Amino acid sequence: MTPRQRRMTLVAGILVGVSIAGALALSAFRKNVTFFFDPTQVAAGQVPAGERFRLGGMVTQGSVQRAPGSLEVRFVVTDFKNEVPVSYTGVLPDLFREGQGVVAHGRMLNGTFVADEVLAKHDEKYMPPEVARSLKRRHGSDQVHTAPPAAAAGGS
Amino acid sequence: MLPELGHFALILAMLLASLQAFFGIAGPATGRSRWTAAVVPAVAGQFVMVATAMACLIASFVANDFSVSYIAENSNSALPLFYRVTALWGAHEGSLLLWIFLLSCWTVAVAIGAARLPLRFSARVLGVLGLVSLGFMLFTLATSNPFLRHDPPLPDGRDLNPILQDPALAIHPPILYTGYVGFAVAFAFACAAMLEGNLDQTWARWTRPWTTAAWAFLSIGIALGSWWAYYELGWGGYWFWDPVENASFMPWLVGTALIHSLAATDKRGLFKSWTLLLAILAFSLSLLGTFLVRSGVLVSVHSFAADPTRGIFILALLVVVIGGALGLYAWRAPLLRSQAGFELGARESFLLFNNILLVIAAATVLAGTLAPMIADALHLGTLSVGAPYFNPTFLLSMLPLLALLAVGIHANWKRGRLGDRTRTLLLTLIVALLAAVALVYGVYSHGKVLSPVGAALGSWIILSSLIDPIERWRRKLSLPRSFLGMTIAHVGLGVFVISLTAVESFTLERDVSMARGEHVAVGNYEFRFDGVKSIEGPNYDGVEGTVVVTRHGVPTAVVYPQKRQYWVQRSVTTEAAIEMHHGSNVFVALGEELGAGKWSVRFQIRPLVNFIWLGAFIMAMGGALAASDRRYRTAAARASVPSGSLPAPTAGEGAG
Repeated sequence: MTPRQRRMTLVAGILVGVSIAGALALSAFRKNVTFFFDPTQVAAGQVPAGERFRLGGMVTQGSVQRAPGSLEVRFVVTDFKNEVPVSYTGVLPDLFREGQGVVAHGRMLNGTFVADEVLAKHDEKYMPPEVARSLKRRHGSDQVHTAPPAAAAGGS
Repeated sequence: MLPELGHFALILAMLLASLQAFFGIAGPATGRSRWTAAVVPAVAGQFVMVATAMACLIASFVANDFSVSYIAENSNSALPLFYRVTALWGAHEGSLLLWIFLLSCWTVAVAIGAARLPLRFSARVLGVLGLVSLGFMLFTLATSNPFLRHDPPLPDGRDLNPILQDPALAIHPPILYTGYVGFAVAFAFACAAMLEGNLDQTWARWTRPWTTAAWAFLSIGIALGSWWAYYELGWGGYWFWDPVENASFMPWLVGTALIHSLAATDKRGLFKSWTLLLAILAFSLSLLGTFLVRSGVLVSVHSFAADPTRGIFILALLVVVIGGALGLYAWRAPLLRSQAGFELGARESFLLFNNILLVIAAATVLAGTLAPMIADALHLGTLSVGAPYFNPTFLLSMLPLLALLAVGIHANWKRGRLGDRTRTLLLTLIVALLAAVALVYGVYSHGKVLSPVGAALGSWIILSSLIDPIERWRRKLSLPRSFLGMTIAHVGLGVFVISLTAVESFTLERDVSMARGEHVAVGNYEFRFDGVKSIEGPNYDGVEGTVVVTRHGVPTAVVYPQKRQYWVQRSVTTEAAIEMHHGSNVFVALGEELGAGKWSVRFQIRPLVNFIWLGAFIMAMGGALAASDRRYRTAAARASVPSGSLPAPTAGEGAG
């Protein structure tokens, strides 16, 4: 091979490698992205059956229940229009509280959202931005009492 | 009084930074030597003013001056003195001041270190750095001034976020920022070289120690943040692919590529345009990191600031910096030409693959990080991208990189034959494979598909890296610091890969509901829960559990996980108890009270997890050692004599 051919082979090899990497990344991306839905979208049946998704909203006041001594906890997530019951087995995050925003990962099973991960990763002063946005969309920002204007604005 | 003094000092600093930028760029361009000579005094003055501003804000924090809004929002009179100081960078405004201060420190260091370089060139470097300082000072004064008063003054502050009240996180931002900001130096060298129009390999040689030093700081900063997340957030994870983590990781990946491509440019005059682009890209990603973290566009534990105007300002800054640099590049690109050729299998080709793979990795991380923002902006729905995407795509480019690394360090410049190294290399590969099989199936007796692969690659890198230094030591040849530094950094990477494999393959975890006196077994360990008691700290109260740990029936430790409630912000934090035992970390975190006298408790056994951070630390130490090599200093002195011909590089000298 002449140096020129060799260089072209190298460039072609790199191009092929980069495209394979790109294609694989894209397919990994398609398979592993989880979408966010709020309770109204769940009630409207917008979630494809059996799909894993993220549910976000507020934890309804007084809805947290557990059998004494059990790791399994049940609570209700609301956007003040619709509600979705959630069940979760495990240790809840520090910032999980009734009347506060929450995001849970999991899927619907017989009308209950079975979560395998519950996140309340936001600062206590703020709500998760997608929850703030969803509440704003449903009601206008005046109903979002627990979020300061800055947090709601920052997410939009 | 002090806050006004600080505010005024920052304004003066901004004026001096604009002078520094003007003299540094206009002086050499117009050939006025007086202007050029004025750059260094401007740098000194700027540093003094920024340091004064910094000192004023620290003093106000220490004195609990809650008439300053920023202090009232981020400190409290009950906060211990140490955290009153570190609260300075606990939020957006102070972090920016820290950014400016560190840039000012780097600028002074460059002014001292580049004194050996041609005056015109060093003036241009300082001028570009002055422009960057100017941009950030404008941003701070216009949108995020930490010195503003709150009227009327508040009786007490709202306290520093409790999860930030921690020694590792107190020093994490300064070190991480030192790394971020350090890439501004590489960027300034690249811009100065383009302004100069002299794009042979001299600028690459001058940049190398600075880039390597910045990279070392960034490595330690990322490792500290990961360590903090591990023990403080109560999940027991060390990496979440959180946008903020990605924001610091992308410049690191590109910075790693830059270090290696600088080696090829310095030694062989190759990849010149690519190296310039990487220098621009590394700093752009540092800016993007600041943008992502501080604009509030991302859902993240770190995004305390939520102000879109700031985001737009940083975005504008980003456009000016990247656009300006790329414009300069387009103007100067015709001057770029690489004369040297190389064979496939020569060291140059391995460095090329290193660069391609690292940039692909950075690109996949960038795509995953930005995808939620883009989808949201285009109303495609709110989506999230997590570990299921990042892990496989990242490994896809990293596994070949690791394998190529073990071979590539033995390749010669220019020529594509490994020669007598082939046999030694194969021997180390066999030893590494045996070690991996012994580790995965002997010590842990189970594993995933990738466990032996990871263990073998990590061991191979370590063994392969050690061949050359041992050989040189036995033949009593010199071991220059740049070469030793490269070896140490590669060994650190090997340690990192092995421990990462062990943690990902052999971690055991259980969440359990436990009453007082109950036992639970996790792996070889048994835990007895001995109930909780109340505790009180300087600015919090809470409960502390007692857990007795035994291994194979032998008592090994008693640990005390805590749950704290901080008084001012009324927020709860988990203080996990972590014991290192037989190389494994025993992690116990207290959950919540479940009723009926039971508590939820999280147990994790993570083998070798400490070696992940140790590996990162070793890499950084290797970088620091390489950056301190005398070769760069003497080379700089030699090169300042205007002559194009550099001494021919010797094949044995290090690439890192």
